[in-house]
Amino acid sequence: MSQLKSRESLDKTGVTIRDADEGDAVAGVVPRWVTLPETVEEISAVLRVCAEQDLALAPVGGGTKLHWGRPPERCDVLLDLCCLNEILEHASGDLVVRAQAGVTMDALTAALAAEGQELALDAAPGATVGGTLATATAGPRSFRYGTPRDLLIGITVVLADGTIARSGGKVVKNVAGYDLGKLFTGSYGTLGVIAEATFRLHPLPADRRWLVTRVAPERVRELAVALAASQAEPSAVEIDRPDPGGPVTVAALVEGSAADLRALALREVAGGEVAPGPPPWWGLLPDDEPPHGTGPAGETPDAARPAGEVLVEVRFPPNALNGVLDAARDAGFRLRGSPVSGRLHLAPVGEVTEEALAAAVAGLRERVAVVTVPASPYERVERWGPVGALPLMRRVKERFDPGRRMSPGRFVGGI
Amino acid sequence: MHAGDAPPATAALDPLTAALRSSLPADSVITDPVRLRTYECDGLTYHRATPGVVVLPETAEQVARVVRLCNEFAVPFVARGSGTGLSGGALPREDGVLIVTSKMRRVLEIDLPNHRAVVEPGVTNLAITEAVREQGYYYAPDPSSQQICSIGGNVAENSGGAHCLKYGFTVNHVEACEIVTPDGDLVTLDRMDPGYDLLGAFVGSEGTLGIATRITVRLSRAPESVTTVLAAFESIEQGGTAVSAIIAAGIVPAAIEMMDALSIEAAEAAVACSYPEGAGAVLIVELDGPAAEVARQFDRLKEICSGAFELRVAADPAERAAIWKGRKSAFAAVGRISPAYIVQDGVVPRTALPEVLAAIDRLSAEHRIRVANVFHAGDGNLHPLVLFDDGEPGAGERAEVVSGAILDLCVEHGGSITGEHGVGVDKVRYMPRMFSEADLDTMQLVRCAFDPRGLSNPGKVFPTPRLCGEVPGVRKGAHPLVESGKAEQF
Repeated sequence: MSQLKSRESLDKTGVTIRDADEGDAVAGVVPRWVTLPETVEEISAVLRVCAEQDLALAPVGGGTKLHWGRPPERCDVLLDLCCLNEILEHASGDLVVRAQAGVTMDALTAALAAEGQELALDAAPGATVGGTLATATAGPRSFRYGTPRDLLIGITVVLADGTIARSGGKVVKNVAGYDLGKLFTGSYGTLGVIAEATFRLHPLPADRRWLVTRVAPERVRELAVALAASQAEPSAVEIDRPDPGGPVTVAALVEGSAADLRALALREVAGGEVAPGPPPWWGLLPDDEPPHGTGPAGETPDAARPAGEVLVEVRFPPNALNGVLDAARDAGFRLRGSPVSGRLHLAPVGEVTEEALAAAVAGLRERVAVVTVPASPYERVERWGPVGALPLMRRVKERFDPGRRMSPGRFVGGI
Repeated sequence: MHAGDAPPATAALDPLTAALRSSLPADSVITDPVRLRTYECDGLTYHRATPGVVVLPETAEQVARVVRLCNEFAVPFVARGSGTGLSGGALPREDGVLIVTSKMRRVLEIDLPNHRAVVEPGVTNLAITEAVREQGYYYAPDPSSQQICSIGGNVAENSGGAHCLKYGFTVNHVEACEIVTPDGDLVTLDRMDPGYDLLGAFVGSEGTLGIATRITVRLSRAPESVTTVLAAFESIEQGGTAVSAIIAAGIVPAAIEMMDALSIEAAEAAVACSYPEGAGAVLIVELDGPAAEVARQFDRLKEICSGAFELRVAADPAERAAIWKGRKSAFAAVGRISPAYIVQDGVVPRTALPEVLAAIDRLSAEHRIRVANVFHAGDGNLHPLVLFDDGEPGAGERAEVVSGAILDLCVEHGGSITGEHGVGVDKVRYMPRMFSEADLDTMQLVRCAFDPRGLSNPGKVFPTPRLCGEVPGVRKGAHPLVESGKAEQF
């Protein structure tokens, strides 16, 4: 009966709604309905109904990381933001763009490139603005430009009770009020719904060069430290080790004026070859397959590609790299990521049992600063590890979502 | 309400003062009225309040102890670094405790391979750079007061500086903070940790979410090459056109600063900076980075500034310092041409600069108040100096009107009421012009999570404190910007 009433109330909002199926599962939990709001006000209307009827919900963008995080405690409504797909304002003279949450990063990249600009985040193919922010995914160039929170200058969010709130604005330099954008970035949908975002942009670099070299694992740290300190100013330094016990490929990117000369300066430091394009694994998670086929960009829905089931992320001070490499080798994980930002992604080679994964993660936690498991099909693998400020985080969650309706249980400490 | 409006409540502080004395070293608790008065204001001198008690803790544990005692006696507390803030963020409470971090001045760790330094909050901004300069590193955020301002204050205010155009603000360079929460707990907020980005929320919260007691900052590698150019234009419009052309050319300089004729006149009078005579505007552009890149950008810059009647290029660090001298002394220098002045800190989108500057001119003429314009042109951060004679009846009021109207212009053009000085007490009343009630209430949910009793720097940032017991209701009605036609809602 109450289900019928909830559905009626949702229908009354006028927002498009359909019954959910297996394909809509949030980390394995199948919601009852999928709603497709087209405006911020429609998001607010859906959230108000959810508040009245005590329905739990999860927002989704491209769905590329919907399997990340713990399964929600409950999920009645999937809030699909695909219809909020407008780039609202690109002020090229101000190097600022404002976009709705459902805009894909690919679409944004294409629109900005037409004006000779870019958002310097290397987002996963198929990911949206909202999803990139909600998971705070950082790509190779975060070494130079920062992570999503560093390029976000304004945000519009909808809270669990339907309140529409903004912080920041559309100027880069702005310290008026609290920065809700930083709080919502990486909050996994547990505080509210990200509806719109405004970003700081950069001019598209005049030129790009990659320096690629393959070295023994024990040399990587020294090389990474030297590259990070180089006054040729690489935008990114990444490593790839597809075979857990094998050699490591190091690739560094220089971009901007005189990229050719600066790449040669890096070669003095590291040896290797200078290339005009990236190595095939560049910017991909180790559970992604390198893109295949040569069809026009955007033709294949990358989001639909089956993603790897297990993904581990380690964060560490760059100088602790050797311990990470050894620990990953001992666990039998391949790895990819940035030794200079201190962030690597690990994935097992082939199938891994629950016991083996739990043991490997525990082993990593003993040797590496911060180990999280964004994606795993197993319940008994502790995903987030210890979090020092968890009591404060719980208090923030209680204030923003006292009814525990926003992606409940998805994030640290079951927040 | 300003703290100063309340009657002195120092007697009510007696039990707390006794408790503070028994738990801190004797010379760390100040109650002598003469000494208390030296802390009555920060860099914004027209708001004053003598603190009830001042404490000078030496360790994080002592800060935590003070905060716990404040909780026990339900007494508000305010943290203060060097007191250089320009928005009254460190304005004390007569009924409260002022926690001054000036005895916490140790650089605890320098870790060059990891590009990190760990410091106590009282360490000055410049001291970090000085500790690593010889090794070829520096700490990027560079507020004008960097010789004296403390890193703890920088964290509270999310300080910027002339070079944040390229390198960002304090929040982009802080990796971790140990904080004393408003409850008196010691908690570490670290960018590496999973969970909510509480560090991002804490930096720039103006002391309302607790007190930083240990700060890990990121160190930057010094650029291989720096080129500083001074371009003199006949008019501010020509200078503005050059700024737009630099951005359109895809160049991100480390800094682009502009001064108008009146501020040049003041700087000449104060420090004899010898800027080109007859300039309607000067532009200071600093390029830095790999030598090959800077060389190519400099060639392009010369073309862009071809409309300048004089172009000076610093040949060495001494000449660079000479170019910066006029700009860096500008605030203090207006004292030479005006008995009193108000500094504003509004921001507009860079492309709106010409329109906003013209509107400021009109305001200036209409109210017979001179305005000197010194600003970070690259990021649209205006620092209009509103000049007046405090001996002339009504002049202060007219200056206030002009000052407020300038902030309105900033908000109307999609900008901000403060780019780097913070809201403090000074701009509290302007917050509702920029944010709706729902926006401010939502921000205060964070405040309530950290500080449900409202003891940590109350009266700052938010015009109306939220009672934390309340459950937020759904706001009805449009956003003020939408209502006034200044923004569209989609």
